[in-house]
Amino acid sequence: MDFGFKISPSSAVNLDNVDLSLYDRLHEVEPDIAKCIACGSCSASCPAGRFSGMSMRKVILDLQRGRQKEAVKMLSGCMLCGKCLMVCPRGINTRHLILAICKLYGED
Amino acid sequence: MKENILIIGGGIAGLEAASQLLKLGYNPIIVERSGRLGGHVADWNRLFPDMTPAEEVVSRLVAGASEANIFLNTEISFINRLKDSYNVMLSNGVSIITKIMLFATGFSLFDASKKEEYGYGVYNQVMTNSDLERWFNTGHDCRITEEGPSAMGFVHCVGSRDEKARNSQCSKVCCITAVKQAIEMKQKFPDAMIYCFYMDLRMFGKKFEDFYISAQRDYGIRFIRGRVSEVSENIEGKLVVKAEDTLSGRPVKVTLDLLVLMSGIVCDHQTCRTAGMLSLPLDSDGFLKSRDNIADITASPKEGIFYAGACTGPKTVPETLAEARSAALEIHNHIISLSEELNSNSEGQ
Amino acid sequence: MIYQGKQKIWADYQKEIPDDHWYYVRSCIRQNFFPGSEKMFLEICRNVLHKDFHENESHTTCGGIAYHCDTIPQETVMTIVARQFALMTESGYENYVASCITSFGNYIEILETWNEFPELEAKIRELLWKACRREFKKPKYVAHASDLIYKYRNLIAEKAKYRLVNRFTGEPLKVVEHIGCHYSKMFPSKGVGGAEYPYVLCGMIEAWGGNVIDYPERRHCCGYGFRQYHVKANRGYSISNTHKKFESMEPYHPDMIITNCPGCPYFLDRWQYVIAEMEGKTYGENGYGIPVFTYEEVAGLVLGYDPWDLGLQLHQVAVEPLLDKMGIEYDPKRKYEGLNHKDLMRPELPGVLKCC
Repeated sequence: MDFGFKISPSSAVNLDNVDLSLYDRLHEVEPDIAKCIACGSCSASCPAGRFSGMSMRKVILDLQRGRQKEAVKMLSGCMLCGKCLMVCPRGINTRHLILAICKLYGED
Repeated sequence: MKENILIIGGGIAGLEAASQLLKLGYNPIIVERSGRLGGHVADWNRLFPDMTPAEEVVSRLVAGASEANIFLNTEISFINRLKDSYNVMLSNGVSIITKIMLFATGFSLFDASKKEEYGYGVYNQVMTNSDLERWFNTGHDCRITEEGPSAMGFVHCVGSRDEKARNSQCSKVCCITAVKQAIEMKQKFPDAMIYCFYMDLRMFGKKFEDFYISAQRDYGIRFIRGRVSEVSENIEGKLVVKAEDTLSGRPVKVTLDLLVLMSGIVCDHQTCRTAGMLSLPLDSDGFLKSRDNIADITASPKEGIFYAGACTGPKTVPETLAEARSAALEIHNHIISLSEELNSNSEGQ
Repeated sequence: MIYQGKQKIWADYQKEIPDDHWYYVRSCIRQNFFPGSEKMFLEICRNVLHKDFHENESHTTCGGIAYHCDTIPQETVMTIVARQFALMTESGYENYVASCITSFGNYIEILETWNEFPELEAKIRELLWKACRREFKKPKYVAHASDLIYKYRNLIAEKAKYRLVNRFTGEPLKVVEHIGCHYSKMFPSKGVGGAEYPYVLCGMIEAWGGNVIDYPERRHCCGYGFRQYHVKANRGYSISNTHKKFESMEPYHPDMIITNCPGCPYFLDRWQYVIAEMEGKTYGENGYGIPVFTYEEVAGLVLGYDPWDLGLQLHQVAVEPLLDKMGIEYDPKRKYEGLNHKDLMRPELPGVLKCC
């Protein structure tokens, strides 16, 4: 029956159901991904960000929360300029990380 | 005659101060309300950042203070102000005349059951940082099974930076303690998924940041920026924990086998009572008020009364020990100035 | 669950509830939703327990719904409430008991606001005088009607004809209790048991023989949420919250739900039909729903009143499975018979949710 409104699913991320097997493999090859403190330097300096919505910070967070589709889609906006690598205070080799993500997640 | 110095509290601050004062040739008297020395540190298992066994630190301090007069299971009943000294009556019937008193009274751990939404004392699988240290020490706690939790969490800032809990101050050491305990749990149970729910991570001390990086990188501890809002229990007796992942702006929910609440450091109410006998002021954070929070942290506004350690606010172990030494030196200087005053007065007559 | 831990919290949140002499105010909506409830409250208090409960026919809405829907300013609500207090004063009472949770929350909030801002109270006194030449004294005690039934729970248990026990198995019934948000979430100290683990309904359930279920979404709102329901565009949000609660309580197989708010039992009851239509899902046994009751209805059942005199035929979810479990006698033929034996006719049966 159509009542004109619907039961909407919860917007909460249920961490119990997040499949992190790919992320764990990524963490093995790129352990520095876990060092991100979400300072946002990468996103702030990203030349692609203001046009495509690309944000390295969000990509990392999405992967950690099991939202890999969103992460991989966002990553397509990256132009691999390497600016984020220069500004990251945690010394994450973002260029290397991006390529590793493409390799691992692109396989699916 | 050796000068009597009354030290209130036999924790690490009191012990270290006593040992320094002994070396300076005084007669320190430690009054400790519990049955043993070492205070909170004696309840702890290992200390950050080098995982030093707490027992080692405490036994070294106890050995250093062994020549002092120590009254265990003793409290201060009342204090009478004499002309230039104090008559302190102890609960064991002993009375002490002293010109100098050192408050090394430490702190209390926030009673986590006051944060009712976290269910400490209501839900079986909720414990505190201090319960977990006790488990590290004894291996006994029905909340932790032999195979360990498959998922567990740490809640930072329980009763700290919390105006509702009437503690707006940061307890300083809980962030690093949570990171330390998370690493220790991961070492014991490598397959466990471990979450830290934090508002801020305040990694101010020596090697703290390295510790945090290692927790992230090497131990895979999951840090979620967001305060736990509510804990409940499901039909299997597991905990359902709700928070917001503020970095992604979405609520998160997770089922855990164990939740550790990082109880904060609050001013001890017994300390406030004793301070009240001497009309010593409290600072706006509820801790004892120093003469000056920058230059004179170990001095009270009253002549002859000194402070060391967490009675004036949350502190780390090395900070507390440094303050105890500094207070001992202050006391020494004070006694010298008293005798100089006495000499100049008698010369003048 | 550590029961003693809850007891410790309950001991911290006990409020003083005078035993007798109350001025009673009704709810705007409850007489339509649950027509037997308020009648039963007065019946129990006056005729079973012989207490003094006074009503005044001039009282109006407290303005709570409009206030929570943001359609009238606070001064207006305060003046309406001031008039209610004036009626109480004129009737010679000092203890004020509200049937509605939102009214109760409203009264408490206004009294607390006047404590904090006495100049506002003075202004409202002036407005009331200008509007209707009335004056008032603030009540000495404000209670919600469930506080009173809580207070009388053991007296009711002594006179009980039925208990919240499954007569087929001898086991206590599994009861979900749901507390209206405005009962103690705004002022935890004003509710029996506080806000995180309210005791007001648990106490009744325990006294009458049932077992309380503590499920993960126990503290969650029923979904009504005023604006969420009243604005049709938001109704999906309202039902989503209710749905969340049912999903959370489902594994416990509750026999019944007891509530103390006007909105909660209505939405927990009616949305079960809508969820069944939308999702094809029911939460009770054999295609039935989980029966939802007000605490007065449960008190009435326990005391042996006829279910149809309690107005249980107006529930969407059939109550018969529960009546059978408790061993309560009822005449199915009388279900839709009016007081004057007039046939009230039968409602259309829903497609998915099984009803009697």
